[in-house]
Amino acid sequence: MVLFQFVMPDSAISVKNLTKKFKHSLVAVDDISFDVENGSVFAFLGPNGAGKTTTIKMLTTLLHPTSGTIRINGMDPVKQSHAVRQSFGIVFQDPSLDDELTAYENMFFHAGLYGVPRKESPGKIEDLMKFVELWDRKDSLVKTFSGGMKRRLEIARGLLHTPAILFLDEPTTGLDPQTRNYIWTYIKKLNEERGLTVFFTTHYMEEAERAAQRVAIIDHGKIVINDTPANIISSSGTASLEDAFIKLTGRAIREQEGTGMDQMRTMRQAWRGGRR
Amino acid sequence: MKSNTAYAIYILWLRQIKRYFRSKSRIVGSLGQPIVFLVALGFGFGSIFAKAGGGNYIQFLSPGIIAMSIMFTAVFSGIELIWDRQFGFLKETMVAPVSRLSIMFGRTLGGATTSTIQGVIVFLITIVIGFRPDIAAVLWGLLFMFGIAIVFTAFGTAIASTMEDMQGFGLIVNLVNMPLFFLSGALFPLTTAPFWIQWIAFINPLSYGVDGLRAAFTGVSQNSIGVDAIVIAGITVLFLVVGSWLFNRVEV
Repeated sequence: MVLFQFVMPDSAISVKNLTKKFKHSLVAVDDISFDVENGSVFAFLGPNGAGKTTTIKMLTTLLHPTSGTIRINGMDPVKQSHAVRQSFGIVFQDPSLDDELTAYENMFFHAGLYGVPRKESPGKIEDLMKFVELWDRKDSLVKTFSGGMKRRLEIARGLLHTPAILFLDEPTTGLDPQTRNYIWTYIKKLNEERGLTVFFTTHYMEEAERAAQRVAIIDHGKIVINDTPANIISSSGTASLEDAFIKLTGRAIREQEGTGMDQMRTMRQAWRGGRR
Repeated sequence: MKSNTAYAIYILWLRQIKRYFRSKSRIVGSLGQPIVFLVALGFGFGSIFAKAGGGNYIQFLSPGIIAMSIMFTAVFSGIELIWDRQFGFLKETMVAPVSRLSIMFGRTLGGATTSTIQGVIVFLITIVIGFRPDIAAVLWGLLFMFGIAIVFTAFGTAIASTMEDMQGFGLIVNLVNMPLFFLSGALFPLTTAPFWIQWIAFINPLSYGVDGLRAAFTGVSQNSIGVDAIVIAGITVLFLVVGSWLFNRVEV
């Protein structure tokens, strides 16, 4: 499988002095800089409302930065948005599958939107669905899938256009330990066997400790630390990444302002509950 | 990558079509209202209409009901945008290497196609009930059906782009749909109505759709078929531009 269709710079992701201010004068991301090495697994951690999602949105072309520069596979997400979009895959925090379509159709439509050559796509879809062990359910409607199955399908879908980077925004939230384990096995395999760069966020610190080669912690829009998990633990004089995280970001519980998106999320959950 | 645009539009169109044919209850359910109007009004007012010198009422009413069912289905197809936002699929399309304009186009074409299919089903029902259209003009009729469908799908998408919840969408849509329907000449001729009602009918896009359908199917209409076609084409362009502009501002 050819993974790199692009000329690869050393850094898959390069961020310099990135800032995002929203209209109501809230500085969500405040002058952050970091690099993600090609072929590495990078964890981006932080309490709720710290600026994680805003950063991911800017990296993935969904939001324009107020200032600073971003390079994704050497390209500018603002000026070369289509080329950048072609070069990464993403699994969003909330499900983004079409429930009324079958698993195969979800894959097929993704291939169409990303211009995967029509001769190659059936083979690729089969490969990836076998990889996440969903091939025998390919003709089932997605609404009949469990949360873990949906996640696996989303990972397969995110890889369909052979991206060089995979973004995972809280990929294991709400899943049972078995499924979480499973998903991390896939992700590790992808990274090790195919050289995929993985950028992920999570609230499960032990996942970051185990899977990531490098961890950055963001709080109040600023990066507090960016190092290997082992160094973070030893430099903070704690026993685990979780303790180090608490030490670095404090014990106070973060209240996130309810946005329209949060309200939708709540509504959707109500809908889902009502349907069952 | 440019050559992918047409295929991406096709993919987005295909998705709406698949979803439409998969929800049999929606197809059957949305036939209820036009059938009730046709039967209740058609047979109820038929004799009065004939006595007043209007001729065969089913012949007058059928194009109006076809137009109505297309308009209602088309406007309500906008709710799929809110739905996709809520259930996340919109994000999947927004990070794809496809322009917003193509996304808007694919969605609108999809919604318009399903609304037209709905219109064709109602058309077949009107024939069963007693409508006798001029079959030679069926192509013109289909063209007007599709025109009405595009105009009102774009309209529905435009409204949906500015809304976050479905309840609000339903309320606004009903607020707009009902007057547009009643003051379009779909149910009764407005030629003798008070001046202000005629004025509303004059600026109502549906009036031209109904009139065009009537011209195509029965040969009896207020404007010439060419005028109706030009007006519908103009409004289509206008609504597509406004709809695209609003859709471009949607954040995910």
